[in-house]
Amino acid sequence: MSEKKAGMEEKIWIKAGLTDSEYELLTKHMGREPNTVELALYAQMWSEHCGYTHTRPLFKHFLTTGPRIVQGPGENAGIVDIDDDEVITFKLESHNHPSAIAPFQGAATGVGGIIRDILAMGAYPIASLNSLHFGHPGEKGHTRWLISEVIHGIGEYGNCVGVPTVGGEVRFSNAYKGNPLVNAMCVGFMKKSEIKKAIATGVGNSLMIVGNLTGRDGMGGASFASKDLEEENDEDRGAIQVGDPFMEKLLIEACLEVFDQDYVVGVQDMGAAGILSSSVETASKAGNGVEIDVALVPKREEAMRPEEVMISESQERMLLIVKKGTEEKVNKIFHKWDLHAVVIGQVTDDGMYRVLEDGVTVGEVPVWSLMDAPTYILDAVEPPHLKDTRAFKNEQVAQPKDLNDVLVRLLGAPDICSKEWVYRQYDHRVQMNTVVKPGSDAAILRIKGRDKGIGLTMDSNGRYCYLNPRRGAQSIVAESARNQVVSGAEPIAITDGLNFGNPEKPEVYYQLEQSIIGISEACRALDTPVIGGNASLYNQTPEFGSIYPTPIIGMTGLVKSLDHVTTMEFKDDGDFVILIGETKEELGASEYLDVIHNLVTGDVPELDLELERKAQNYVLDIIRKGLVKSAHDLGDGGLAVALAESCIAGELGASVSLDLDMRADALLFGESQTRFMLSADGTSADKIVELAASQGLEAAVIGRVTIAKDIIINNMDEKLIHISVEECGTAFSTGFDKIMQTNS
Amino acid sequence: MNWGVLLFPGSNCAEDCFHAVDKILEKPVKYLWHKDTDLGDVDAIIIPGGFSYGDHLRPGAIAHLSPAMTAVKEFASRGGLVIGICNGFQILTEAKMLPGSLLQNCGLKFLCQDQTLVVDNADTPFTSEYTSGDVLVFPIAHNEGNYYAAPDTIAEMEANGQILFRYCSPEGEVSDETNPNGSINSIAGIINRTGNIVGMMPHPERSSDSVLGLSDGKGVFVSMLKHLEATQG
Repeated sequence: MSEKKAGMEEKIWIKAGLTDSEYELLTKHMGREPNTVELALYAQMWSEHCGYTHTRPLFKHFLTTGPRIVQGPGENAGIVDIDDDEVITFKLESHNHPSAIAPFQGAATGVGGIIRDILAMGAYPIASLNSLHFGHPGEKGHTRWLISEVIHGIGEYGNCVGVPTVGGEVRFSNAYKGNPLVNAMCVGFMKKSEIKKAIATGVGNSLMIVGNLTGRDGMGGASFASKDLEEENDEDRGAIQVGDPFMEKLLIEACLEVFDQDYVVGVQDMGAAGILSSSVETASKAGNGVEIDVALVPKREEAMRPEEVMISESQERMLLIVKKGTEEKVNKIFHKWDLHAVVIGQVTDDGMYRVLEDGVTVGEVPVWSLMDAPTYILDAVEPPHLKDTRAFKNEQVAQPKDLNDVLVRLLGAPDICSKEWVYRQYDHRVQMNTVVKPGSDAAILRIKGRDKGIGLTMDSNGRYCYLNPRRGAQSIVAESARNQVVSGAEPIAITDGLNFGNPEKPEVYYQLEQSIIGISEACRALDTPVIGGNASLYNQTPEFGSIYPTPIIGMTGLVKSLDHVTTMEFKDDGDFVILIGETKEELGASEYLDVIHNLVTGDVPELDLELERKAQNYVLDIIRKGLVKSAHDLGDGGLAVALAESCIAGELGASVSLDLDMRADALLFGESQTRFMLSADGTSADKIVELAASQGLEAAVIGRVTIAKDIIINNMDEKLIHISVEECGTAFSTGFDKIMQTNS
Repeated sequence: MNWGVLLFPGSNCAEDCFHAVDKILEKPVKYLWHKDTDLGDVDAIIIPGGFSYGDHLRPGAIAHLSPAMTAVKEFASRGGLVIGICNGFQILTEAKMLPGSLLQNCGLKFLCQDQTLVVDNADTPFTSEYTSGDVLVFPIAHNEGNYYAAPDTIAEMEANGQILFRYCSPEGEVSDETNPNGSINSIAGIINRTGNIVGMMPHPERSSDSVLGLSDGKGVFVSMLKHLEATQG
């Protein structure tokens, strides 16, 4: 806010977002002082958003290869093999800061941007998901407006562009009050032979810009995303882009038609830092230089300065590197879709990044230097709150008398309640692949013409990571994989969205580092490599402070046969309810403590990653054997909430009895990890329990599905819960409406 | 028996309609391009859903002016079967090939859900596979699906059996509570007076592939096919 001291003139590089040492380094690279164009190039490329200055050194922890990994990090999106010479490509991206200021456009352009990343791989975008985090609406209307606008923006863009929004999550905590999180994920499908790369090969080949005109919207978005959100940020409004999903739809159709021909050698989406970063990255990968004449770029505004053209983040634009001599043919295809494809430069052999204006050089720097953003390994200090929260003992909270009431309140709680209010605003069926729609543990899409499908999930738990960044992050990966497994999918790989506060604060850097280590450990144990991701740092405001450390995990899985697709709802009266895994007396970090006792404390439940892997393999195996009628992960709200969800969705009751010597609230609502709730007929139930025993896993028949629509939970002959499914269902289905009800 | 799916910039259900004819009905189908003035040899035309021209101005307002629509009108005037689904319905009302218009949903929000419909008139080339009173599940996904026409027009349409489908409860009850978008008389789909042009907001194509858990919509395409086979020998 006030690095400007009275009497001290601000240095131009500081204003551009570079430090003194960074400025010194770039002048060394260049062998001279930069002009304003060149300074702008470095400021954008060396921002956290483009250069991953704080996160890059930590990425070394990640497992990025595996038998199904076709493309790891480094391209627009990673690619995994789903057999039959077919692949899927996926990635997630944050649009937090734009969404905080202009929620409709911020969220919409987030969806558009990630779709283009997928398109740039040569794939047809087949699904979107999103992970949203907001503050609790409370009395004021602002948060409610944010929620409504973000969801509207996602829907408007996704619906129009014809990519179904099939899943994700909406979570609430006041840690996000000033700085909501909007992370969008897109998944694309293609044949292995259709993969494209972001590379500028072939000296003399042409750089063509396709899609929208270039304007001043989104100026400096990359560096805007790389600083704190402040109260007085009106001047950052120019950093918000405006989306046009209709243009995007045309761009998808036209690009894929061009890709079918043999004209294109490289493709790159124009995201953060626009023409600049897309062309630098493609040139760097090929070891070539490029030159771009800003006068050739089709513009929608007058008198744009060269650096403005270079860093504009106008939406719905792509960069194509096309073989010399094919330019007219490429343009003809775009013309069919009422679009243009314009040559703006070419690939050179001198390794320089050259910006021209009407043929006159206005900036010239080595390509490698722009990609060589300095990295920072900062001090990490354990946040002081962890000492207190880890010391939490269950005895510190009194157990409520009315446990039925607790269950109802949890089912209606913002994080747990049905999100139908949200996803009914999203077209989740277009393209006709949606086998399991939003509201289940994982969305399942079929692959047309095959008896196979893919599982898609997006999960996070900021509270877990706040209370134990490392184990919290492990738990999210484990939960994602559980969500895949209970749906009948074999987890393949993840993309991660690293949403954190200002990493220059040692406590935040600690959270970042520990979370990345946690993700890495879980990914290795569960054999789900990291194939790409996104970092969004500086998520904090002066009024509300830093967000919870919030790594978001987007995961894909392979459903080998659609016969394996399994859902959470109980299916038939009389079926046996089976609990897999051990229930421990763990209340720490739970949704129960947060919602019922207003406490965010305790340690995250224990997690044994080896056991997790074993249990997941076992559950997938019994699902594939056809023994399981319904399967559900035990997550937020624990056993009682999972049982209620299976009853509500199946419109059936259940009566279960346990024999555990522990507090009733821990038994019902504790969030012990590595647990699954299944239902099966009698013969299958016996086999399920037998198979578990043979593998040393805990599994027990705990009760039956009943036609009587009541949920009954007994423990050691004591009745803990007896409530109608209807009452639970009402709380669950109206929870979100209550959040969105206006008080004024 | 050739089917055509008319493609506008921004159509996004064209491939789904193509899939329904090609893979479910297993009949020859091709795309028709919005700039074409000659549609070639087709026996039935599907105008698919989506956001033609980005819904700019008003859904269907620009698409109905495209060259291909002149040819579609010509085709329909010769008795050819035309079905407009979702945005296709909006285009057909804008083109005045069907009466009325589609306003914004009464809830003021885009609405995507699996919706129950009741068949009102099963005696048409588009609904002969059903029986009046059948309750079907078709997905809906629209922001402007609130059907409106002047009271005398509605009265005339009701009297002529021009209402094909109404929104209803799972038990088949038609009421304001089961009306998802505010359509007058819970109208979900209509047919023109001569009985060869249909517009409907719900998506029969999305309800045609049993792998996706819904297959009631297949009947619309089978009805059309049987009519074509009967009339063309």
